[in-house]
Amino acid sequence: MLELLWLIPILPLAGAAVNGLLGRRFPKALVTAVGVGAPLLSLLVALGCLWEFAKGSFPGDAYNLVLYAWTAGDLSIPVAFLLDHLSAVMLFIVTFVGFLIHVYSAGYMAHEERYSRYFAYLNLFMSAMLLLVLGNNYLVMFVGWEGVGLCSYLLIGFYYDQRFPPYAGKKAFIVNRIGDFAFLVGMFALFANFGTLNYADLFSRISEQPGLVTGPTVMGLPLASFVALCFFVGAMGKSAQIPLYVWLPDAMAGPTPVSALIHAATMVTAGVYMVVRSNVIYQLAPGVSQFVAVIGAATAIFAATIAIAQTDIKKVLAYSTVSQLGYMFLAAGLGAYSAALFHVLTHAFFKALLFLASGSVIHAMGGEQDMTKMGGLKKKLPSTFWTYLIGTIAIAGIPPLAGFFSKDEILHAAAGNGQWVLWAVGLITAGLTAFYMFRSVFLSFFGSFRGTHEQEHHLHESPPSMTIPLWILAAGSVVAGWIGLPKVIAETNQFHRWLEPVLFHPAGREAIEHEMGTGMEWALILIAVAVAVAGILLARSMYGGDSGLANGRTWAERFPVLHRVLVNKYYVDEIYDALIVKPLAGLSRFFWKGVDTFIIDGTIHAGAYATELTGEFGRLSTTGNVRTYALYFFLGVILLGCWIAFG
Amino acid sequence: MSSVPISWYLMLAALLFAIGTVGALTRRNGISIFLSIELMLNAANLTLVAFSRQMGDRTGQLIVFFVMAVAAAEAAVGLALFIAVFRARRTIDINRLNLMRG
Repeated sequence: MLELLWLIPILPLAGAAVNGLLGRRFPKALVTAVGVGAPLLSLLVALGCLWEFAKGSFPGDAYNLVLYAWTAGDLSIPVAFLLDHLSAVMLFIVTFVGFLIHVYSAGYMAHEERYSRYFAYLNLFMSAMLLLVLGNNYLVMFVGWEGVGLCSYLLIGFYYDQRFPPYAGKKAFIVNRIGDFAFLVGMFALFANFGTLNYADLFSRISEQPGLVTGPTVMGLPLASFVALCFFVGAMGKSAQIPLYVWLPDAMAGPTPVSALIHAATMVTAGVYMVVRSNVIYQLAPGVSQFVAVIGAATAIFAATIAIAQTDIKKVLAYSTVSQLGYMFLAAGLGAYSAALFHVLTHAFFKALLFLASGSVIHAMGGEQDMTKMGGLKKKLPSTFWTYLIGTIAIAGIPPLAGFFSKDEILHAAAGNGQWVLWAVGLITAGLTAFYMFRSVFLSFFGSFRGTHEQEHHLHESPPSMTIPLWILAAGSVVAGWIGLPKVIAETNQFHRWLEPVLFHPAGREAIEHEMGTGMEWALILIAVAVAVAGILLARSMYGGDSGLANGRTWAERFPVLHRVLVNKYYVDEIYDALIVKPLAGLSRFFWKGVDTFIIDGTIHAGAYATELTGEFGRLSTTGNVRTYALYFFLGVILLGCWIAFG
Repeated sequence: MSSVPISWYLMLAALLFAIGTVGALTRRNGISIFLSIELMLNAANLTLVAFSRQMGDRTGQLIVFFVMAVAAAEAAVGLALFIAVFRARRTIDINRLNLMRG
């Protein structure tokens, strides 16, 4: 079974090719069969491979499948797949959640004219994402990394006939390029020093001789720190961390299932996956790791505060995604890689669920995304309501749902490392998360309907192809956390133990983690739950009931400046616009108008004009009149005569 | 027999040549220009004959026959051209035949 690993990314690629090239002529049912069938087959193969992998029917910790080696001179990059304990987790998330979202899309996009194109893009994304997680070296990862970026761009700009989506797509692509550039530089630095980008080769050599990366310096930094920093900047772009997070909220311009799959569950976690994959390097770069943790925590609380003031349901979820990604980097920076990946797993379930449920709401509301125009949807959309509620409870961190365990693991890592400031930031963010998520629940589903009469008439529960994935993801959001029960409850953290083979422990690093007493751990858990409950109760007291919206306005009027800053997302887009985009555009305009049009074009035009002018004068001599020519001839004879006579 | 000095022939030839040149440059009628050119050719012929006699060398007189033959041929071709032009344009006014203007 394991030798079929290569089929997992190839199947969706084939689906993309078939739908992309022929889909326009296919009947809709066939497009659906190909578009959903390919990820289903991929999922089945993946499950088979995971089963074999879990049984461990191969030597060593990881299964390598070399397809062929891409060679150019001395350079040889194997195109190879790797199934180890880390990529297994990601493989499961991508194929499972991805398949469900494909099923959901069949319902959500049913009335879409460019149906086959949508599925072609979505399948292509799956293929690229699987390449990213399955590659056994950084270059294959990078190919997938760029592939998912491309698909993200294509799908954000899917409604290209509207004004905003193409702009948002471009923004996502350009912001990601900044990160990709750093990622490339990091790869170059590794390759220049080791001559290989293979995980296995790199990590075994580094862990045997840490001096290889802590010794040499690049631009004044030890190699490990340099590479770690470059990779993290790459992750900042892909996983939407400060300061490169700005593209993700705008990415909501794409279809909602796309937001669920790409901009919540899978692609944006690629950065976390990369950092966890490179944990050997990060462990040897403690300064950069601390930086990662701080950026993660800052992003978490920053995005959470913005989410409080948003009224667009997808924007709330988008900022919540940025915030949760911040959590993951907080964990990764603290060295709690298993906690980071655990949060990736649980987050994939509940955030995909939340997005899909919000998509179901938007579907029912006829495209309306503004929560101030919703309300009272609980009775009309029961499945959507219950699943959204489950997702919200999960993300809020209420036990025993999934979000609680992974978030608790992260907070525990912060406290265990003695990083109490980061712990406090994480805790406040948890409270804010509970607050804004329940705010969205109360605004959308409770109270009375605030939309137009027409919309109210149109309200309907979504078809089964949409609600069934919702329920499956809801089930996942409940149980996914149980695979990583904390030590105080279970004997060992199963998830942690699962990931153990891919994690690296440099000498002296474990000592940092203080062993906390059981009482202390329980106290921390209780505090976290209490904060979450407090957030929920606050949301309920403010937004519960019919006067929720009015209450919110009263609070906004009480703090007008704060409210305006939050609604406008701290004016970050405006600041970037003024500091980077405008000067860059000005510089480009200078090179366009000043250098290109004036200097370069000007030189050529001047030459052409001079030639033309010469011609204009020259043509005066050819009058076409024979007598003129005779006169020239005569003058010539006289000149010749003079020359002979006097010369 | 008192001979006419060669300078007289030459002056006459120069005069004829000048008249021919002025005529060729100023006349508008194509046939007049033709006549003027003939005048110039014959001015040259006169010079040739004069020198031929002065130097006792017959080659100059020989050349004159060639020139006359060529002039006759030229006249035939030129007149044919003018007839063709006249048929096409209803004029042989040289000022109006300027299709080749640049």
